[in-house]
Amino acid sequence: MLARARLMFRSTAVRLSALYILLFALCAAFLVFYVTAMSERLLAQQTRQTLQEEVLDIQRAYERGGVNLLLRMMERRARQPGANLYVIAGPNGEMLAGNVASVQPGVLDEQGWTAVPFTYEPYSEVDGPRRHLALANVVLLDNGLRVMVGRDLGDPGRFRGLVRRALMVALTIMGVGALVIWFGIGRNALKRIDRMSAASQKIMAGDLSQRLPIGKSGDEFDRLSDSLNAMLGRIEKLNEGLRQVSDNIAHDLKTPLTRLRNKAADALAENREDVRRAALEGIIGESDQLIRTFNALLMISRVEAGSIAAEMSDVDLSAISADSAELYEPVAEEAGLSLATDLEPGLVVHGNRELIGQAIFNLLDNAIKYAGEGRGEPKIGVKLAKTDGAIRLSVCDNGPGIPADKRGEVVKRFVRLDESRSKPGTGLGLSLVEAVMELHGGSLELSATHRDNKEAPGLTVTMVFPAPKP
Amino acid sequence: MVMDIRYSAETAESHDAKTGGDAIVPHMKILVIEDDLEAAAYMTKAFREAGIVVDHASDGESGLFMGTENSYDVMVIDRMLPRRDGLSVISELRKRGVNTPVLILSALGQVDDRVTGLRAGGDDYLPKPYAFSELLARVEVLGRRKGAPEQDMVYRVGDLELDRLSHEVKRAGKEVLLQPREFRLLEYLMKNAGQVVTRTMLLENVWDYHFDPQTNVIDVHVSRLRSKIEKDFDKPLLKTIRGAGYMIKDEG
Repeated sequence: MLARARLMFRSTAVRLSALYILLFALCAAFLVFYVTAMSERLLAQQTRQTLQEEVLDIQRAYERGGVNLLLRMMERRARQPGANLYVIAGPNGEMLAGNVASVQPGVLDEQGWTAVPFTYEPYSEVDGPRRHLALANVVLLDNGLRVMVGRDLGDPGRFRGLVRRALMVALTIMGVGALVIWFGIGRNALKRIDRMSAASQKIMAGDLSQRLPIGKSGDEFDRLSDSLNAMLGRIEKLNEGLRQVSDNIAHDLKTPLTRLRNKAADALAENREDVRRAALEGIIGESDQLIRTFNALLMISRVEAGSIAAEMSDVDLSAISADSAELYEPVAEEAGLSLATDLEPGLVVHGNRELIGQAIFNLLDNAIKYAGEGRGEPKIGVKLAKTDGAIRLSVCDNGPGIPADKRGEVVKRFVRLDESRSKPGTGLGLSLVEAVMELHGGSLELSATHRDNKEAPGLTVTMVFPAPKP
Repeated sequence: MVMDIRYSAETAESHDAKTGGDAIVPHMKILVIEDDLEAAAYMTKAFREAGIVVDHASDGESGLFMGTENSYDVMVIDRMLPRRDGLSVISELRKRGVNTPVLILSALGQVDDRVTGLRAGGDDYLPKPYAFSELLARVEVLGRRKGAPEQDMVYRVGDLELDRLSHEVKRAGKEVLLQPREFRLLEYLMKNAGQVVTRTMLLENVWDYHFDPQTNVIDVHVSRLRSKIEKDFDKPLLKTIRGAGYMIKDEG
């Protein structure tokens, strides 16, 4: 029970309700006390005004008819129901006449308004004498008599009791209201949050296809669920991609590892020294290739993780392109193809020179590898130009190209089209280029070099860099 | 873990490669600070076969002690070491006035790791996994740096002459016309004459890119250069060292 109460208090709705009650109670208390104080002041003011008028009447009566008229008038007035308090006292303050039994000592000594309410005892109380609060004005007549006119302020506890009752009523209403709010809104919200937690538990247990429930109202909770669902979708996709990659890695590394093992077994069984040596050399070549694949994979994942981002600076893309073209020009020539360049000078991007360089090298490697496959004289080209809002670096060839529907495939890790399986390569080149472009906030575009040429459309790979802010 | 993938095995074949036949480097003494004992044993054995005297320390503190107390030509320091990491060993050595060239080995192998390594006072950087021939070539170049002809204005190998000021190259008094990049390629090879220079080292020092070129780009450039400096002459100067790289040398 206690645990349940603690749990209940941990819910946001309960805590909010409690906070609201506290706030409302404070406001109500302030309001009640303020209203009370104001009405007390108004009441006192009215009392003083009536007393003042009566005092004037008495003084006038005394001037006109002396003590006799004064006494008669006071007697008449004292008999009326709800009458004021009247006292006539001698010069020494001893009470001579009046409709009260006793007055707080000292009140009759001072002339004028009593500074604070005083106490007195009225006659004829059924349950014995009781002290009452009163306010009074004392007048000194010229024959030495003192006349006091006062007004009962009522039972001192009565007014405060009224206030307290009003406060209690207000608080009760507020408490009930808060409970209603909690039941109506809080519990509803709690239930929905519990449903979301339940769905999350299932997702945590490994079922990434689970989604959070979405209501019809489209309120904050629905919007929250909506974005969480979008996030889950993304995670599921990434997870799927990751699984595909690890499957690919397992598959693509198993093949060379098996080859490696077989070669080692052959070398072991071989007696002739030169053949054994050749086999061992083959093993080294195979393991070097494996290391390259590992390095490329590591590089891609590091680039994708963005860990190189710290090393970004303004780099001269024109210079990098020119250097790369120069580096590959003899290679192209050796492979029997020509390399043409069309580079706009002085184009600067914010990036990592090493990575951009490696990306261009990869593209040039590919272009040289495949340009010879097409018909006609093999050609490759490097083009760098600034178009509106972007800097585009293209490497093109006039090889067999890649069919439009397969272009999205080839940038994936280890994906090699059937036509290229016979050629050396890791199947990671374009993946790295794409990762590099993503790191640079750009993109990678694949298109046909000659769209009209059905035989050998060629491939143009464009690295699109965002133009630096001026 | 990355550490498990160490380096590609090297055969005896590439081991004779780095010695370049005879002992060019007479007595080099190096310190290897590496905590992986198996890797250290492999390295020590291979260096000794190449005629290099090797001391080994297996953690950062003892490496720092040995590096301060003894005099070495080159130090090979792993980045991740117990008791004191590699970079801190290097900066402490430099603080103590030890200016021995340092080669950093790192399993991290990333572009910015290289920069931080060099900033800490390292002179060269080699990411794991590496081929031993690559490590050896770099250690030998670093060891020679002490007496390197950095101030020489003219490099000479046999009858081949390279003037670093006028950018003129002559063979047997006849001018050889080279492209600017070919000149820098030859300059780097001649600066390290008699030593193996790997493809990666060439890409680093001539093109300023720090990764494994993977394809034959460097070879094509070297063979172009070779044809220019050897075409009309009988004696070959620029040799290909199988499994390692290139070396320019006058066989006398």
